[in-house]
Amino acid sequence: MNYYDINSLNQSIHGTLSSLMPEGLAITLEGIAVGLLIIVLYALLAIVLIYMERRVCAAFQCRIGPNRVGGRGGLLQVPADVLKILTKEIISLRHADRFLYNLAPFLVILASIFSFACLPWNQGAEILRMDIGIFFVLAASSIGVLGILLAGWSSNSKYTVIGAVRSGAMIISYELSIGLTVLTMVLLSGTMDIQEIVMEQEHLWNIFRGHIPALLAFCVYLIAGNAEANRGPFDLAEAEQELTAGYHTEYSGMHFGFFYLAEYLNLFITAGIASTLFLGGWMPFHIPGLDGLNAVMDWIPGVVWFVGKTFAVVFLLMWIRWTFPRLRIDQVLTLEWKYLMPLSLVIVLLMTLCVIFGLVL
Amino acid sequence: MATFKEYFRGWATGLKSLATGMGTSMKVFRQKPVTEEYPENRHTTLHIPERHRGRLRLVTDENGQPRCIACGLCQMNCPNGTIQIEADTVETPEGRKRKQLKAYHYDLGSCLYCQLCVEACPHGAIEFSNDFENAVFERDRLRLDLTKPEDNRCHDWK
Repeated sequence: MNYYDINSLNQSIHGTLSSLMPEGLAITLEGIAVGLLIIVLYALLAIVLIYMERRVCAAFQCRIGPNRVGGRGGLLQVPADVLKILTKEIISLRHADRFLYNLAPFLVILASIFSFACLPWNQGAEILRMDIGIFFVLAASSIGVLGILLAGWSSNSKYTVIGAVRSGAMIISYELSIGLTVLTMVLLSGTMDIQEIVMEQEHLWNIFRGHIPALLAFCVYLIAGNAEANRGPFDLAEAEQELTAGYHTEYSGMHFGFFYLAEYLNLFITAGIASTLFLGGWMPFHIPGLDGLNAVMDWIPGVVWFVGKTFAVVFLLMWIRWTFPRLRIDQVLTLEWKYLMPLSLVIVLLMTLCVIFGLVL
Repeated sequence: MATFKEYFRGWATGLKSLATGMGTSMKVFRQKPVTEEYPENRHTTLHIPERHRGRLRLVTDENGQPRCIACGLCQMNCPNGTIQIEADTVETPEGRKRKQLKAYHYDLGSCLYCQLCVEACPHGAIEFSNDFENAVFERDRLRLDLTKPEDNRCHDWK
């Protein structure tokens, strides 16, 4: 049924390597290769996302966007920016806490890469797989807020502290909504293993299986995920007009680049988790009963499905970002604690009832 | 109970206004960009209004001679002293003395584009063309003598 399962490929590579060298060495080499793969993919996706953001944002503002560097489409604009940022000096501040100041970007990028490694790219292409996968994603992505708080605190600047505290208050609040909506989908799937969650949507995607509660949970997840990724309308941690750049004001060069990378990859991860939980991850679009359609859909590789769905959700998030004005910190917290959190509790209850009484499809 | 009702009304109005916002931005998303890509569109879609004041120009008659009679009204009306007229006094065949334009110094760098000189001219001898591409590398090149053909030459944009 699944033509693009790469488990057998993985096993044959592992078998070949193990026959050439001790198994421990083979596993180490595979680990390094996969790690490099993740990092390269991470950087490439960041370039794609930044380019997409600039073009989409331009279209939402009736502009063209980058279109000079690298021919008509401006395709080389972002690579050029990346090269520029790589050559910039990493400044050190006089009264900064040097150790924490240098540590913070790595914590942010670490959290981001951890969650990135959990995404289900294809059947057999899971990188980190564990029974509590989705739980791990929630836990790992929370390291990011520590990095943001440290960055703000250690830079010894009022802008960064205000930005970091805002960001901390916001991320910790919206974590609740994210946790509750994820819990809703875990209730529906009956497992926390990301691959299992995907496999279990073989007949129908969760957003259709869970109908009303799943749809509501999807909306709440998108809002909370946008906040989690520190993106507009919740970008008050950066708030260019008031705080210059918020928590990463004092960073330069590649340290700033790390924050920037992590911001865009968090967008991708948020969208990736959304597409895993609600839209079936790499699972092709199946409708029970329509075997012809299902067979045609199976011909499209899982990775195409996953990336396609994720970018669709990314577009949705960009649409939200470039539509709404930034919220104040009190409005952000009101939205979470008075509106989204009660709603997500209701959704969890509703989903539980649906699952108990067998009302899901 | 009233606050309970208000809470749900808040939900409803909030969602409605958010949906309206999303709809509006999607409408804009599907519009064509309004950006003008300037150097590329110079000869295609660039539109400069006819009345745009780009730079001053001497109007010539059908013989190619300037209509200017060197009366100096424009020079007197210029608030910035942008215009300096040099004139010779010549004698016409009828025996009358007359001024004749020798040089029309116009400092583009200090021009306000107020059009007072054009308003003041009794003969319609000067006008503003809509040639806006006035950038040069040296300040001296902004000091023009409009009696010289190379300084009086402007491009008329559509």
